[in-house]
Amino acid sequence: MMKRLMILVVLSWLCFQSVQAEDVLIEVLPLLQTNTVQTKQQAIETLAKSTDANRAQYLQVLMNGELYLHSNGTLAIVKDSQVLDPKTNQVLTLPSSEFKKITTTNNLRSQIRKALEQLNLTDANPTVRLQAATNLLNTITPDIAASWQQLLTTETNPTVKNALQLGIDLAALNAPEKSARLQAIQLLSGNLAPEVRKRLQVLTTDSDAEIAQASQRSLKTINDKIELYSYGETLFFGVSLGSILVLAAIGLAITFGVMGVINMAHGELIMLGAYTTYFIQQLMPSFIDYSLILAIPAAFIVSGLMGVLIERTVIRHLYGRPLETLLATFGISLILQQLVRTVVSPQNVPVSNPSWMSGSLEINSVLSLTYNRLYIIVFCLIVFAVLFMVLKKTNLGLQVRAVSQNRAMARAMGVRSARVDALTFGLGSGIAGVAGVALSQITNVGPNLGQSYIIDSFMVVVFGGVGNLWGTLVAGLSLGVVNKVLEPWAGAVLAKILVLVFIILFIQKRPRGLFPQKGRAAGD
Amino acid sequence: MLLTTKLKQTLLALGTAAALGLSSLTIAADDTIKVGVLHSLSGTMAISETTLKDTLLMLIDEQNKKGGVLGKKLEAVVVDPASNWPLFAEKARDLIEKDKVAATFGCWTSVSRKSVLPVFEEKNSLLFYPVQYEGEESSKNVFYTGAAPNQQAIPAVDYLMNDLEVKRWVLAGTDYVYPRTTNKILEAYLKAKGVDEKDIMINYTPFGHSDWQSIVADIKKFGSDGKKTAVVSTINGDANVPFYKELGNQGISAEDIPVVAFSVGEEELSGIDTKPLVGHLAAWNYFMSVENDANKDFIAKWKTFTKNDKRVTNDPMEAHVIGFNMWIKAVEKAGTTETDKVADAMIGLEVPNLTGGTAKMLPNHHLTKPVLIGEIQENGQFEVVSKTPEVAGDAWSDFLPDSKNIVADWTGKETDGKPCGNYNTETKKCSGQNF
Repeated sequence: MMKRLMILVVLSWLCFQSVQAEDVLIEVLPLLQTNTVQTKQQAIETLAKSTDANRAQYLQVLMNGELYLHSNGTLAIVKDSQVLDPKTNQVLTLPSSEFKKITTTNNLRSQIRKALEQLNLTDANPTVRLQAATNLLNTITPDIAASWQQLLTTETNPTVKNALQLGIDLAALNAPEKSARLQAIQLLSGNLAPEVRKRLQVLTTDSDAEIAQASQRSLKTINDKIELYSYGETLFFGVSLGSILVLAAIGLAITFGVMGVINMAHGELIMLGAYTTYFIQQLMPSFIDYSLILAIPAAFIVSGLMGVLIERTVIRHLYGRPLETLLATFGISLILQQLVRTVVSPQNVPVSNPSWMSGSLEINSVLSLTYNRLYIIVFCLIVFAVLFMVLKKTNLGLQVRAVSQNRAMARAMGVRSARVDALTFGLGSGIAGVAGVALSQITNVGPNLGQSYIIDSFMVVVFGGVGNLWGTLVAGLSLGVVNKVLEPWAGAVLAKILVLVFIILFIQKRPRGLFPQKGRAAGD
Repeated sequence: MLLTTKLKQTLLALGTAAALGLSSLTIAADDTIKVGVLHSLSGTMAISETTLKDTLLMLIDEQNKKGGVLGKKLEAVVVDPASNWPLFAEKARDLIEKDKVAATFGCWTSVSRKSVLPVFEEKNSLLFYPVQYEGEESSKNVFYTGAAPNQQAIPAVDYLMNDLEVKRWVLAGTDYVYPRTTNKILEAYLKAKGVDEKDIMINYTPFGHSDWQSIVADIKKFGSDGKKTAVVSTINGDANVPFYKELGNQGISAEDIPVVAFSVGEEELSGIDTKPLVGHLAAWNYFMSVENDANKDFIAKWKTFTKNDKRVTNDPMEAHVIGFNMWIKAVEKAGTTETDKVADAMIGLEVPNLTGGTAKMLPNHHLTKPVLIGEIQENGQFEVVSKTPEVAGDAWSDFLPDSKNIVADWTGKETDGKPCGNYNTETKKCSGQNF
């Protein structure tokens, strides 16, 4: 009784305290000014406990690293070089350069996050509530679960209800009554949340045999499910790697496959496309989200024109002399690399991801597909389809196929073969540039970008069968999948070696690749 | 690039001549002490090494303004080994034989150091090596001013283990000598600390690896076991950017699985989009963000020297500052630039470092260094979250079975009176080998 009274007194005193401290910022200011990890911790605690209406907002700006401190003790939000008063959101006249950022560390940020999520559980927005409930799962205790039970009665959104229920079930795993624990184990069977797995894992060695067995069963159902999803994940990784191989190789499938030109500068045409993306982003820094859409046609034009230039000045003098073409285009590739080194910089350039390409699509808690890869797979298929249509359905495509199959006959029919050669090479180069836009999103953009893809590109085209677009698609995708299936048990280095060995053996058996050209076009 | 280097050399020579008030350039050249600068100015390593060449030119320039050393001006001899390992040995030979340099400052990668080592030993000349490395070496002719594994990797692991309570470990590295040796040491260390074999995951990737999807997915799976997990990364060069990007995309934040890196510094961060890296850690002996007067001075001087307000400073630069100041002190103490006398004078010398402490040269030719752990901030700088007192560099790791009985002492105190870089305390023999 006495104890309860004491608690009551303390509680009311605490309430009084927080009512007094209406402006919590004044209270935390000295703590923030001392600027050590400990005082910042205290400041966050004070913020979280206060009743200030703006406390969530303050915590949020502190977490975003937007809270700044002036040497005269003024706190401000500095955002996009604007200085705002944290309370009123009015613009302050002090220059932003005089402010110093209040930095946070990982530990502080997770402390803030926890505090924020407790507050967010009663947010008006159901997605915010859901996020908060899921994030709090791994720290749930019976005490918190009791308060969740209360929330559950007022909660209306079914998904948030589920999350809250999951939390309550989780807490029940540690309940004192055996029946409640067993029931919780049953309820959690097949649930993929990582927290469930963790807690069940602990229970498998429980002193009570019945509980240990039950949790082992539940855990097995979960693990079987996870295994199934991990096959799906490997497949996705493989297709995504494959789509990058296809993108890199598809331009080469035109210049090498259709025209028969061994173009060693193909990688550098990809690189030019990637640099075009960089320059477009430099030109429109505030529209990064739209920059890629503009970069695709721009890269096509830049690399395409470069391709036409190379064809007109060098390659057209070397048709039918593969060795000289190889050497000449190798020279061109070195020239292009050095050009970029001298004109732009020998260092890599930063290309940002638009916001819609960051993050991942979460199917469930064990399987999530990253957006950048998803978009690149889709993009690869679109590029392939467009190229296929151009070759099969347009006049240019008809002429390209005619010239590549029988140059003399095509000329006799009135096709200007020199012009078609230039356009075909330009088309292949332009596609390489478009591939560069996609690659700029997942790899480093630097002078050496092309070199890392040239070998892979030739590998895919040769494996697929020279002169066959379908072959390139199938070869690229299957090499990607094989590589990713091997990687988990062979390691990244060995997987790559194994794939190369496999291709060497395959080419020995079938020198013309997966889909050899048939009939007269196979020629030679 | 080459042109500007040559231009700078000529200008420097001219400046030296003018300062001495001598009419003839040839006399000026005889009256200077030459210092070799052996850093790649072209090729893949140029990105990192060019900065170090500039650092040395600045230090030499500054010393000459103070009147040089032993009454003579210093003269930098800059050569370009072009990131080509055998060329390093050739250029080193040229520096010693043709230019007769008193000491050389240079190299970045371990393989370049191994390539020049026989030349410096044969010709008995001094090399100052400024980069953190895998240890397992101590040469009479080399002073290691970068960190040994016990001055970077092991304290970083200690920080994760004690402060962040990490229980599961991913050791991820690029497939070459430095990551492999470092990971071998770390694995032995973790096991000695009672970490179970199945709580350690080791992964190697080729240079410039860009497809990190399955490795990051594996790390995610490895880390979802309920125990706090961290990645200790010896991933080299530009492979880091796609690695951190993939971590971000797969929803792994620094709070869930922190990554501590040994090869990511201010210079590497200055050219990239730092958003996906914020909150991850790096372990070094120096950070540009450390606040004290010596560092502030140095940064200001560096920005004036390079005429670029955005230039950053980094750990290997500090190593060169310490190495250079020590060499000057040693030459003054010995009264000569003769290799053996300077090398003897070096041991035991103390100079202030840039983080507010002192660096002392130990008998094994390594330094005492504080270990700093920093969190990456959005502006490409580090927020220091932990700092140890000075740690003595250990040339031969105590955690590898092959080297735990081996010590290096060039004063001979611990090695039976005879100076030795590879002395086995069990067999009481000095092998003299450097591997």
